[in-house]
Amino acid sequence: MPASPPQRIGVVAESTSGETRVAATPDTVRRLIELGYEIVVETGAGAASGFSDVSYVEAGARLDDAWPADVVLKVNAPSHDEVRRLRDGATIVGLLAPAQHSELLTQLANRPLTALSMDAVPRISRAQSLDVLSSMANIAGYRAVIEAAHAFGRFFTGQVTAAGKVPPAKVLVVGAGVAGLAAIGAAGSLGAVVRATDPRSEVADQVRSLGGEFLPVEVEQESAGDGYARATSEAYDRRAAEIYSEQARDVDIIITTALIPGRPAPRLITAVQVASMKPGSVIVDMAAAQGGNVEGTVSGRAIVTENGVTVIGYTDLAGRLPAQASQLYGTNLVNLLKLLTPERDGQLTLDLEDVVQRAVTVVHDGETLWPPPPVAVSAAPAKAPAAPASPVDPTPPRRLSPAGRYGLIALGMLALFAIVAVSPAQLASNFTVFALAVVIGYYVIGKVHHALHTPLMSVTNAISGIVVVGALLQIGHPPLAISVLAFLAILLTTVNIFGGFAVTRRMLGMFSKG
Amino acid sequence: MNATTAAQAADIVAALLFVLSLAGLSQHHTARAGVAYGVAGMALALVATVVVAGRSVSGGSIALIAIAGAIGGAIGLWRARRVEMTQMPELIAVLHSLVGLAAVLIGWNSYLEVEAQHPGSTELAGSLLRIHHAEVFIGIFIGAVTFTGSVIAFLKLSARIKSRPLTLPGKNLLNVGALAGFVGLTVWFTVSPNLALMIAVTVLALALGWHLVASIGGGDMPVVVSMLNSYSGWAAAAAGFLLDNNLLIVTGALVGSSGAYLSCIMCRAMNRSFLSVIAGGFGVEAAPSGEEEQGEHREISAEDTANALLNATQVIITPGYGMAVAQAQHPVAELTRRLRERGVTVRFGVHPVAGRLPGHMNVLLAEARVPYDVVLEMDEINDDFAGTSVVLVIGANDTVNPAAMDDPASPIAGMPVLRVWEAEHVVVFKRSMASGYAGVQNPLFFRENSSMLFGDAKQSVEAVLRELAVSNPGPAAGSGPRPAEQPAPA
Repeated sequence: MPASPPQRIGVVAESTSGETRVAATPDTVRRLIELGYEIVVETGAGAASGFSDVSYVEAGARLDDAWPADVVLKVNAPSHDEVRRLRDGATIVGLLAPAQHSELLTQLANRPLTALSMDAVPRISRAQSLDVLSSMANIAGYRAVIEAAHAFGRFFTGQVTAAGKVPPAKVLVVGAGVAGLAAIGAAGSLGAVVRATDPRSEVADQVRSLGGEFLPVEVEQESAGDGYARATSEAYDRRAAEIYSEQARDVDIIITTALIPGRPAPRLITAVQVASMKPGSVIVDMAAAQGGNVEGTVSGRAIVTENGVTVIGYTDLAGRLPAQASQLYGTNLVNLLKLLTPERDGQLTLDLEDVVQRAVTVVHDGETLWPPPPVAVSAAPAKAPAAPASPVDPTPPRRLSPAGRYGLIALGMLALFAIVAVSPAQLASNFTVFALAVVIGYYVIGKVHHALHTPLMSVTNAISGIVVVGALLQIGHPPLAISVLAFLAILLTTVNIFGGFAVTRRMLGMFSKG
Repeated sequence: MNATTAAQAADIVAALLFVLSLAGLSQHHTARAGVAYGVAGMALALVATVVVAGRSVSGGSIALIAIAGAIGGAIGLWRARRVEMTQMPELIAVLHSLVGLAAVLIGWNSYLEVEAQHPGSTELAGSLLRIHHAEVFIGIFIGAVTFTGSVIAFLKLSARIKSRPLTLPGKNLLNVGALAGFVGLTVWFTVSPNLALMIAVTVLALALGWHLVASIGGGDMPVVVSMLNSYSGWAAAAAGFLLDNNLLIVTGALVGSSGAYLSCIMCRAMNRSFLSVIAGGFGVEAAPSGEEEQGEHREISAEDTANALLNATQVIITPGYGMAVAQAQHPVAELTRRLRERGVTVRFGVHPVAGRLPGHMNVLLAEARVPYDVVLEMDEINDDFAGTSVVLVIGANDTVNPAAMDDPASPIAGMPVLRVWEAEHVVVFKRSMASGYAGVQNPLFFRENSSMLFGDAKQSVEAVLRELAVSNPGPAAGSGPRPAEQPAPA
C-alpha cells in the first residue's frame, strides 16, 4: 500500500473581536510536524499572542492561506463565511460550543465536513491532556485574581510597616473547580486570606491544600457522576445565600466561578449583597458570559456600583494571558492530534469507538453526532472513598502482649536453666558460651546499615565455614570412611571460606561515595 | 604454655576477630576492615586447628587437608570472581547449602567415630555418651534441613524450578509432624543408637528442608535466604556442641542470631510474622481482589519522560526485583550520572524487601557505580516524596502499592511501602499491566499523577537516555527553561 502524502494542517487567524489567542504556537507547530503533518499558518495568526510569522517559519511552518487545509485548527467557533471557505472532507477543530450553536452544527452538517469540539472532551483521566476547559479555566482563575488586585486599591498581603499596620485582604472564591482552585492558589500566594465554598464537599481537602479555608454549606447534596457541578437543591441555596450575605459584609474580594454545563450561570450574589460590601471591594464574575453569578454584572466590562464596588465581568480572562493561553490550548490540540494520529504518519484517523474521540466529534461527514452518549467518569467516587481519604493506619503485625512476651522469656530462661542444671560440666560451659554469643550476635547485627545486608550475609557465610574445624579434627581417624567424609567436608567448607570472603571484598569494592 | 592451651587461646582470639568482623560490617567506612578481621580470624583458627590435629595424625592426612583446601579454595575464588551481582542470591544460597552439607558429614563422622564403634572402646561414658547421641542427631537434622532448603532456594532463585509456592495438603501438619518425628527419633537414638535411625533422621531432615522452602513463594525469598543463613549458623553451633569446640559454638551462634535478626527485619518490612512466612503459600489466595479494573492508566513516551526529568529538581528512583531481572542497573546508573551533571538531585529509595536478598538492590547499584550516599532506605526517604518532582518506579510493584495503606481489605494491608504517589509525577517502568508477586492490583497505576512506560526496563531506560542526549546535548547548551541559565543582557 503506497503511503498517502501527509495531510496539511491549517492554523487560521481568529476573527472574533477581542480574541488574542491562536490555535498553535511555534512550539506546538514543531510537535505537529513530528506527527508527520505539513503546517500552514495564516499570516498574522499569532500576532496578538506575541508570536511572529517568522517564528512559525523557523519552526517549519509555511505561511499561506490556511483555510483550504485538510485539518483547520481554530480557537473559537468559525463564522458563517469561514465555514464556507472550508473544503469538502476537511476537519475543523476548535471550541465550537455545540450546545449553544445549533445553527453552526446544521451548517457544518450540510457538507461532508468533520467537526471536533475541544469543549466536548469528556472528563476522564485519559483525556485530561486534551481538556481545554481545564487548562483555560486554570489561566482564567489566575487572571481573575490579577484583575481583582489591579482594581483593588490595597495590598493583598498583610504588613506591619513604620507607617502603620495593613491587614491582609480577604478573598472569597465561590466554586472550587479548576478556575476556583487556581484563584485560591494565586490569591493565597499574594498573601490574602482565602475562603472558598463549593457544593461538592469532597473538594474541601483540595481547597485546604492550596492554603484556603473551606466554608462548608451544611445540607445534604448528592454528588454528580460526571465530574461537573450540578444544579443545587433549594435547602442548599438557602443556606449558601446566608453564607454569602455574611461573607459579603466581611470580605474585600469575591471571585465567582459557578457554571453548570449547558445552562445559564446560577445567580448567587444578589444586588443587596453587593451593596453590603465595603467601598473599594472588587467582584470578579467569571461566569459573566453565561449571564453571571452576580446580579448587575455586565458581560465583558468592569463597572463600579453606587457604593464603590467594582464588578468585573470580563469574558476573556484566559485571553488576557494570550501567550500562555495559546501555549496550553495548542498543547491540548497536539495531544488530540497525537490521539488521532496513532501511526505518526500525518494521516488523521478518527476512531468513533473510542469514547474520547466519539465525544469530541460533533459532526462527522455531514452527520450531526451531538450530543455524544454519556461517559461515566472513571474516577467517580461511586463506592470507593475519594482519593484523599484518610489513610488507614497500618495494622501492626500481630505482636505478643507484654505479659505474653515476659512469659515467653521466663519460659526460655527456665528451660535453659533446667537443661544446664542437669547437664554435665562440659555441656554447661558450652551453653554459657553459646548463650552469650547469641546475645552478642544479635546486638552486633542490630546496627548494620541496610545497604550492607548482602555483604553481611556473604561474610557470615564465609565465617560459618568454620565448621571445617570439625572436619580437620576428624580426618585421618579410622575407619577410612571418616577420612573420606572429612575430606569432602573440608572441600565444601573451604569453598565457603574463600568464596565468601572473596565475594564480600568484591562487593565492598563497588560501594563508592559520591 | 603447651599446644593445647595455645590452640584454645587462638580460638578465643579468632572468636573475637569474628565479632569485630561483623561489627565492622555495620558501616560503609569500616566494612573493609571488617572483612580483614574475618580473614585474620579464620586464618588463625585454621592454623591452630591444623597444628593441633597434625600432632595426632599422619602426614598423609595433612596432605589430604591441603588437597581438599586447595580444590575448595580454587572453586570458591573462581565463583566469587565470576558471579554476576544479579546472581548474588543464588550464590549465597549455594554457600548455605555447603555449610549444611558439611554439618551433616561431620555429624555422620562423629557417629562413625563414637557410636559405630564397639561399646566400651570410646572414652565417653554414661550421660556424656547420651548427650553425644543427641548432639549427633541435632547436628545432622539442622545441617540437612539447611542443605535441601538452600538447594531448593537456589533452584527457585535461578528459575530452574517454578518459584510458585508448593501447597501440599496439610502442609503445616507435615512440618510439625516432621519436627515431632525428629524428637521421637532422637529419644530412640539416645536409648539404642543404630545405623537405621541415622539414615531415618537424615532422610526426614532432608525432606523437611525441601518441603519448608518449596512451599514458600519467590517474593518471600529475602526472608528465606536470611532464614537459611541463620540455620547454617545453628548447624555450625550444633557441630560445636558435638565436638566440644567453643570456637564453633561462638561462630555458629553469631551467624545464627545475625541471620535470625535479618529475617526479623525482612518480616517487619512485609508486615508479616515469621511463622506466616514459614507457613508459606502467600499470594495464592490473593488473586481474586484484582478482578475489578480500577480505572484507566496513562502511557508516557520515553521522550516525555526525559523532558519531565530535565524539568525536575528532585528525582527519586525506586528500584525493585524487575530492575535486577532486566539487568537495568547500568543504564539506571548512567541516567543518574547524567541528571546529576545537570544539577538534578537524584536519590534512590530502596524498600527492605526489594529484590531477592536483603540489601540486593544496594549491591546492584553499587556495582553500577551509583554512590552509596544517594541510596537511601525506605524510612530515610519516605517523607521526601511529597517534595519530589518525578519518581521513577523501575521494576517495583508491591513495595510501592498504596493499597497497603488505603485498603484494609488488601492482602498486603499494613505492609510499609514507599509512598511514591505523593510526588508530583510518577513514571512506572513496567513490562505490562500484570499484577505483582502478591497478585494484588496496584491502584498506583491508575492515579492521576502516574504514567506507565511499558517495555523491558533496560530498553526503556536506555531509550530515556537517548532522548536526554537528543533533547539537550549538555548542561552548557542551556536551552532549558531554567532562568538561572538565561544569558545576562549585554
